[in-house]
Amino acid sequence: MSNSLDAYLILSGLLFAIGTFGFLARRNAISMLMSIELMLNAVNLAIVAFGLFGPHADSTAQGAVFALMVMAVAAAEATVGLSIVIAIYRNKKTPLVDEYDSMRQ
Amino acid sequence: MRAKLPQIILALIIISVVLGIATLMLIALKQDWQDALLWVLAAVLIGSALLVVTMRDIIRCGLAMIVCFLALAGIYTLMGVPLLGAAQVIVYIGAISVLILFAIMLTQTKDAPSRLVFQTQAGAASIAAVVVAIVIALAVSATDWGEIPRRTRLGTDVMSRILFEQFVFPFEIVSVLLLAAVIGGVFLAKREPGGPS
Repeated sequence: MSNSLDAYLILSGLLFAIGTFGFLARRNAISMLMSIELMLNAVNLAIVAFGLFGPHADSTAQGAVFALMVMAVAAAEATVGLSIVIAIYRNKKTPLVDEYDSMRQ
Repeated sequence: MRAKLPQIILALIIISVVLGIATLMLIALKQDWQDALLWVLAAVLIGSALLVVTMRDIIRCGLAMIVCFLALAGIYTLMGVPLLGAAQVIVYIGAISVLILFAIMLTQTKDAPSRLVFQTQAGAASIAAVVVAIVIALAVSATDWGEIPRRTRLGTDVMSRILFEQFVFPFEIVSVLLLAAVIGGVFLAKREPGGPS
């Protein structure tokens, strides 16, 4: 099983689906960011698996380097996203996204 | 406590089923230990991801997310890319999870009792620590460390050559992106003097 691309891709798809559910269903903004992290991790797993079973000799390393880039972008995303959540929390006093309705006219 | 008991029993049942499947694969079906370990790690990954999106207490969601990242680091190592597993632990568990936990604590309004140094489950925690230490000691003494180069599919030297030859430009772009994210995060989270506290 550990030598088939399908196993890793199914695992990655499951993780991505769980992250999608969390992003759509949770009320807390930080929970939504955590679900985004789960989805990024699922994509990373898929990238590494594709690299592992890629055609060239270098594709494993290319997939791993790509995953490293995704990790760096995820770190930047988490920084900006969490500071936005904290900035909104300072004004609204709540982390629940369905109470952020001040942009509605 | 009475409401928590079925959850614990359910978790124990799930863990024993997964471990049973793993031992069955290992012993009865004569498969590689790598497959069995992948089963266990995949079960931990999916189970903790489900806990992240379903649990009520958001601090526990963050802790379950750390377990999820750790299982994924184990899967990377099992795939033969140990450097990526190390990066997963450093970046996700060391940086992003801590950031998320701090944000949770900043946006949490409940007051916690601060008189107790230890939580109520300090006994269980010490037992768990001793068990972990014994398991690590057994694993270290039972492992043939010469097997590592044969299990590794991507060495650090190959990966760094690819990173600094083919991917130099994206690498530099990512450094600029991280700098911008740091400045943006500080700017957004900073309190203005005289503004709302």
